[in-house]
Parts: sequence; C-alpha cells; structure tokens
Amino acid sequence: MNKKYDVIIIGAGISGCAVAWKLARYNLDILLLEKEADVATGTTKANTAIIHAGYNADPDKLKGHLNVKGNQGIREVAKKLNIPYEEIGSLVVGLEDDNLSVIDELYEKGLKNNVPNMEIVGKEWLREHEPNISPKAVKALWAPTAGVITPWEAALAMAQNAVANGAEVKLETAVEDVMTEDGKVVGVKTNQGDFEADYVVNAAGLYADEIAKMVGIEKINITPRKGEYYIYDHAKDFAVNHVVFPVPTPISKGIVVTPTVENNLLIGPTSHNVKSKTDLATTREGLKEVYEGAKKLYPSLDLRDTIRVFAGLRAADDSEDFVIEAAENVKGFVNVAGIQSPGLASSTAIADYTAEILADEGLKLSEKKDYIETREEPVRFYEMTNKERAKMVDQNKDYGQIICRCETVSYKEIVDAINSPVGARTVNAVKRRTRAGAGRCQGGFCGPRVVDIIAQELGIDPTEVKQEEGNSQILEYKIKELLGSKVMDNA
Amino acid sequence: MRKVKKDLVVIGGGPAGLAAAKTAYDDGIKDVMILERDFELGGILPQCIHNGFGLHHFKEELTGPEYAQRFINDVEERDIEVKLDTMVLDVTKERKVYAMNKKEGFLEIEAKAVVLAMGCRERTSGAIGIPGTRPAGVLTAGTAQRYTNIEGFVPGKEVVILGSGDIGLIMARRMKLEGADVKAVCELLPYTGGLTRNVVQCLEDYDIPLMLNHTVTAIKGEGRLEAVEISEVDENLKPIPETAKTIKADTLLLSVGLIPENELSKKADVVLDERTGGPIVNEGRETNIEGIFACGNVLHVHDLVDWVTEESQIAGKHAAKYIKDNYEKTGSCAELKAGENVSYVIPQKIELEAGDRKRIPLYMRVSTPLTAVDINLYADGEKLYSFSEPFAKPGEMISVPLAQKTLDDLGNVDEIKVDIIEKEGN
Amino acid sequence: MIETKTLTCVACPKGCEVTVEYEGDEIIEIKGNACPQGQSYAEEEIVAPTRILPTTIKVKNGALALCPVKTTKQIPLENMFEAMEIIGNKVIEAPISMGDVLIENILDTGADIVATRDMPAEIK
Repeated sequence: MNKKYDVIIIGAGISGCAVAWKLARYNLDILLLEKEADVATGTTKANTAIIHAGYNADPDKLKGHLNVKGNQGIREVAKKLNIPYEEIGSLVVGLEDDNLSVIDELYEKGLKNNVPNMEIVGKEWLREHEPNISPKAVKALWAPTAGVITPWEAALAMAQNAVANGAEVKLETAVEDVMTEDGKVVGVKTNQGDFEADYVVNAAGLYADEIAKMVGIEKINITPRKGEYYIYDHAKDFAVNHVVFPVPTPISKGIVVTPTVENNLLIGPTSHNVKSKTDLATTREGLKEVYEGAKKLYPSLDLRDTIRVFAGLRAADDSEDFVIEAAENVKGFVNVAGIQSPGLASSTAIADYTAEILADEGLKLSEKKDYIETREEPVRFYEMTNKERAKMVDQNKDYGQIICRCETVSYKEIVDAINSPVGARTVNAVKRRTRAGAGRCQGGFCGPRVVDIIAQELGIDPTEVKQEEGNSQILEYKIKELLGSKVMDNA
Repeated sequence: MRKVKKDLVVIGGGPAGLAAAKTAYDDGIKDVMILERDFELGGILPQCIHNGFGLHHFKEELTGPEYAQRFINDVEERDIEVKLDTMVLDVTKERKVYAMNKKEGFLEIEAKAVVLAMGCRERTSGAIGIPGTRPAGVLTAGTAQRYTNIEGFVPGKEVVILGSGDIGLIMARRMKLEGADVKAVCELLPYTGGLTRNVVQCLEDYDIPLMLNHTVTAIKGEGRLEAVEISEVDENLKPIPETAKTIKADTLLLSVGLIPENELSKKADVVLDERTGGPIVNEGRETNIEGIFACGNVLHVHDLVDWVTEESQIAGKHAAKYIKDNYEKTGSCAELKAGENVSYVIPQKIELEAGDRKRIPLYMRVSTPLTAVDINLYADGEKLYSFSEPFAKPGEMISVPLAQKTLDDLGNVDEIKVDIIEKEGN
Repeated sequence: MIETKTLTCVACPKGCEVTVEYEGDEIIEIKGNACPQGQSYAEEEIVAPTRILPTTIKVKNGALALCPVKTTKQIPLENMFEAMEIIGNKVIEAPISMGDVLIENILDTGADIVATRDMPAEIK
C-alpha cells in the first residue's frame, strides 16, 4: 500500500504546479500527478506566454478578480524562483477604422479591476515606442504592468520548488478514477496504482470535466478552443516592443504580436472551438488568419525567419469563467477548471484562492519552519556574455561543449536538465528546459546529440527516446534491422 | 580565458575549410588553425557515403568520406593546428574569434585573417509552415542521413520525402536500400531541385515515384507521424484541394532547401547578399570586412563539392596574400549583376589588382530551367561575349570563366551583367 | 520490334540526354552523348544496368558504430538488395583503413566491398 497523502493534485500544468507550489510551504504531504512524461505539456506549453495586466477580464467574473492579483503575484514568484519574466507592457492598438470607443471601455474596465498605471496614448506616442506599427494606428491603451514569461519554465519552477519542499511529482501517471467513501474523497486510481489522500484537486486542464465526472459532477463542460501561432527566430530584425493587441471584437481578443522573453517574435492566436482534445493541428486557414491579423498591426511584417508553427488548446468551460470551487456533493474534492486566458497570469492567485478553499474545507495549513522560498537559477548559457561563459567553463569543463549551436546550449546544461528534480525524459522536455532545439535549425544539428545524451543519462536505448508523449519515439529501428524484412520483399 | 594569436583562422573543417587552410599553408602561411565543431574533420562529407564526388577535381569518382579523407590527409601532413569539438561563439570585425571546447575551455584567438567556412543548414518544416500536427518522425533529410550513416538508426520504414533537393533524392535510395518503403518524393515545382543523375540513380532505379507539382498539405499523427496529406499545386504553386490524398507514413523527410549559416558572419558586420544568403565578396572571396574571407556553402549553396574546393582554394590563396601584405585593390570596382534568368552571380564584385590571376571563374545559377541556352555577358551594357550550352537547370551551378585578358582590355568597367536565355533561333 | 529510349547519362554530372534505338539486346543507334562514356553508358543501360553500391557495414569496437563501404566496381542493379543483406549480416572489427577489402567478390560479381574511410578503434 502506498502512503497516504494529504492532497493529491491531478494535472501538472501551470495551475496544478502553482497549487503544489502554494501548498508545499505547509506541513502537508502532497502528490502531483501528471499523465504525460513532463510537466506543462498541455495548454501550458502552447499559448501566447503573456502575463495580462487585467483590464480585459470581466470585473464580475472570477477571472476579473484573480488576474490583477496574479499579475502582482507572478512578479514576485518570478524573482524568487528565477523564472524568465519581463514586464514589457501591453498595448491595445486602435486603427483608423476601428471602433475606438472600445479602448475607453477597456480602460474603464481596467480601473474597476484595479489595473495600475494604465494610459491612453495617441499617434505620436505609438510612432515613438512602436516604430513598425501601422501608420493607421491612432490610439492605444497602454498597460505597463503586462509582461511576457516562459510558461513551461514557470510551471517547472513551481513544481521543482514544491519538490524541494517535500512534495512528490509522478509523471506518466494517468488518473483513471477518483475513489470516494461515505461522500468523502479517499484517493485516486491510476495506471500506476492507487494513491490515498484526504483531498483531491482537479487541475486536469482540458480533461477537468472528465475528472469531475468521476465524482459525479456534471456541471463542468470543457470545450477545446484552438489557437494557432507562428514563431520567429530571434535573429529576426523586426522591432516589436510591447505585447500588442488589436481592438477586441465581441468574440475575440484578436491576433497578438509580441516578443517572447527569449526575444523570439510570436504572432497568434486564432480562436476556434474544436471537437477533439488532442487536435493540435495547425491549419492552412488558421495560419493565414494569424498572418493577416498580424499584418493589420504591422503591415511590413513578413513570414521570413519563422521557425515553427504550432497550435494550443484552451480549456474553456461553458461558463467562460474559471471554475474554482469545492464540490458540493463530495467532501475533499476541489475543482480548478476552465482555466483559459488569463489563466497563466492568474496562476499564483488561483493557487492562493485554491488554498483558501481547501482551508475552508478543513485542510490545516501550518507553515513549515524550513520552507525553501527560492529556486536556484539554472545556468542559461544563451543569455550570458562571453566573459561569463568563460568563467563557467573554468569551473566545469562540461560547459565547454556546445550541443545546440543556434541557442548556445552546453552539454552540462542538458545533463543537468535531465538529472535535476522533475528531470527531463524526452527531447521536448530538454528543449523546454534548455532551449536546445528551439532555434532556427529546430534540432537539425543537435537532435541526434540530444537523443544520445538522454539515452546515456537515463540508461535506455536511443530507439526508446521519445520526442514527447505516448509513441513519439524519434528513431524506430536500428540500422540493418529492416534488411530482408517484409518491406524489402515488396521492393 | 586563453588568448592566442594566429595568422589564419579557418572556421569550419568541412571541404571548404580544409581546402582553404591547405592552400594558404602551401602559399606560405604556416600559422594556421582550423576550428571544427564536430568530433572529426570533413564537415558533412563523412555522412555522404554515396559516390559521385570528385569527378571534376580528382577526375575520378569518389564517395563523400573518400573525398574528405584526401583533404584530411593533406591537412594532417602539414603542420596545421586543428581544434575538434570546438564551437565558435563569436567573431568580431577586428578578427577576434571566440571559441570553446571541453579540453581548453574558452579561447580568444586574434587572427590576421579569417576564413568563414561554416557551411549551410537545412530549411525545416517550421520554416515552410506545413499545416498539421508536430509528431516525431518529421525531420530534415540531412538529419536522417546522419542517423542512418553515422549513428546507426533507421528513423522509420514508411517514408515520404518533400522536396527533390539532392539530399532528399540520395536519402530516398539510402532508406530504400536499408529496407524502408519510400512511397514518394514530392516536389512543389514542375522540375527537380537536384542533379539529374540523382533522379535517375536514386529514384528511377528503384521505382520511387517523383511527384512534380505536389506538396505536403498536412502532417497527421499525435505521437509519431501517422500519415501525410499531399496535394497537387496549380501554376501559382497553390494546393488544389480536390487533389488531396492521404499517404500512410511514419517518416517525412524534408529536402526543401539549404540556407548558408551566417549567424557568425553577421556578428562581424559582414554584409550579406539577399539572393545567396551568403556574404557579398570580391573575386578573392573577401567580404566587406577586410581580412575576412568566405567560401563554400556559407557563401552560396553549391551543387558539387568540386566547386567548393575550387572556390576555397581561391579564398585560401587570397587570405595568404592578404596576410603577406601583397593584396592590392584597384580602387575601382566592377559589380557583377545577375541579369535575365540568373538568380545570382558569385563573386558580386571585381576589385583586385590582376597579379598572377589568369581567369576569374564566375559561378551562377539560373532561375528557371531551359534547354539550349545562350549565356551572354555584358560590360556596361555592351556585349562582351557569348556562348551556348545544351541546357541550364536551377539545380546545377554554371561556371563561366572570365579571362584576365578580357578584363585587362576592358579597363574601368562599372558593371558586368550575365543573362542566360533561350538560344537565338530556337 | 525496334524501340527508342531516352536516357540521362549519369557517367558524369553533366547529364546528357542520350537517345538509344534498340531491338531486344541489340543496339541500333545512340545519339546525344557528348563523349564516349555516354555511348558505353547507354549500351549498358539497355542490356543490364549496373551501379556502384555505397552503404555501411557494422563495426565492432570502432570509434563509430558504422563504417561506410562501396563496391569496387559497378554491380548489376538487380543484385542490390541481395548485396545489402550480405553486407548487413557482417560485423567488422576496428581498426579499419580506407581501401581495406571487407568482403571479397560479392555475389560473384567480381566486385569487392571496401571501406571508404579510416575507422580507428574506440577510444576507451
């Protein structure tokens, strides 16, 4: 029999990781479960990577309450946990033919939500601060507290900090049922066995409705809403200095143009409901919509130097709001569902709010004496000066071997990413932690080397190394293995 | 940080770097260092195990490793310093090279001259924005070649190849021979991007269909690639939806173009030519930055390694002259212009004193394929000379010699233009 | 019956379009070749096409797991897969030098399988 936990959190996306991070400071036994081979592989890995200022969310909704709090919270957490975060500010840019009164309405909404330091700016300001913006741009809402972050690094940092404070993370562990007794949660059944706990937090993202149904909750209904994107090489010579939105329409916030923390240009997303929770396919129409949308704000933007297209799925509940509440029918079960935009921005506030709910439900929150507040900064060679690099190599020669030339990632960084807490097991997990393969050649050069290092460090055969989930092996056969096989008889 | 001084630093130990280093050494520059990021010399050649190399340069047919071995032997016979597993991180216009390796750590090398010979990289699926999912099993042909020929793995057994560049054609045969089922090679254009001999020997020999005017319109599969959707394209290269069909495949190889690898060049303020993606150079292969030369695929993508060798010898020779301080510029400069149906001409300018130069080979490619062509050269608008070729294809480089005498007779010319057009009266 | 076939000569990268008129195994006329190599190429192509086979062979205790190899002369195209199987079943102990004969007279074609690079032993 496995040990009994105080809290089991289902799903290691940004919400689940934030809840784990929040709860790990208390004297609690915590287990974070994730069905995939890494944290942050769902909605958290494919979104606009923005910390919204908070003027967009409806003040009457939970989103409206939590966004501004989360915006303040993430700033602090980013510092403590060394998460790459930059507060570059956002603009909602009105063009000549737009309904410009929407900008004033957003400003008013922002005031109600307590968004600080907003300003309405005009043509001149825009020319000066966004030199490439459309000449038709006449007015904008400037919210300096908006920022950009690396979402998967945020989730990872929180998970790692939770582990440092005694929490456990189990990957490739899919919850198959939630066990209850006498109207009370007692644990979960998974593909890796049963785990007992007094409290279960459902942070299963796209699958939160399915988990909720396991305890008889029918009111949550998650619809995957697809967003498609283009990402550019950081060598792209095109200045965009803020997170730039168009004027929103009643149905969409529109196509955003923004730099990422790593200084790649990102454009997107579309917003279309899809049937399947695994439909991560980009489409010809979607990509066209993204580019045309971006061109409205930046007419001189071309598609040269794009290095990847991708799609993400937002986990939208029918209520179009966050659903963070204790179940009425089962004691000890808390939903953290419907976390779509601004979920990333709200993550710390979501965690605080969830902890309050758990306390109301009877969970005792007493702070640990030896609580570790910070996470050591991982070495990021790509952002170092040559002098700093030289110093690192003097300390450890393994920094001297560069594996990914596009993003300047060393052998040591990759080995550390694999061997650190919540370590990388897949090629994409290495990429998320180190940026190896995230550059212009997309792993063309470092791919074989990374596969080799993962195989070495995990003690597995290279044919077992996966790109990401399920059956995503990079290499299917050893050389000469297919000779004389069926395939050849057909030749 | 270790600081060293060198006469010549060559960045890249592939065929270009090896030939440039050897030539400079033989021309009297004995203090030469080659920086190579891989664990051995040869660049991409060790993984190009097929034959077809060296017919021009050695007048015999060699495989890639054999071609490389000859130059590796040349370098090893000379007292040329080679640093393997060494990545160059930075080059400045003052010719300081910053590099790193496991053994020595961080190095600062001050060079009298630098030869850029970093080669090129492959365009990826992201760069061309193929719609669909992002499963495992989608990789560039060159990466698949490394897995197959160096690392010892076959990426998959049901293969579709997008793009008919030479590496794609070579890998079609290679994977077929290793037991994979190569279902099709799709080419967006109405003609192939590779050498004709590769179409014959790699596809026709093994009944692998070449589907011209076709492209991959969707990638399908969640973990590993499950299928690709291919469609015919119209004359504007737009997919025709009614023609879409799905082919079951676990592997999609991309051979959709090569891009000169000039991130380091840019750090040294080297100016690039938009058409080639490589530096703008004079006939000595010197860039706009004094003492920084470029050759091989970092300068422009070549069809045959033989031309890389020829070009790198030119660069090595002139780098040696530069170091010895007898590298004279005329002060006047003739620009070379790509005229009708010519996509680019290398070098982009002629500006050196004649010296011992007998002829200047001009390398170029056509934009569209033609049979029976006239190659016309004009100096400041007046026809210089003209000759005919049976055909011209974008996949195959054309070398046009410009005789020294012609240049001497011209005096000061501002512009030399090349047209490659359908033969008169054809 | 007299047949005509247009071939692209692969004797060199020039790629001449060679037209061959033939009846069964008998060549009647060859046109379009720029050099004598084109003549013999076209003849062979019609009667029995042959090619160099470049591939790899497994290496034991080598710096790399594979050593590239080739046939010393062209072998019939129809023998390629059989030759691949024979080579695929073999493992050669490093060190190997470029030109070393690793398999003699493969499939009685008169061609040997030779290494096309040096393969030093694994550095331990």
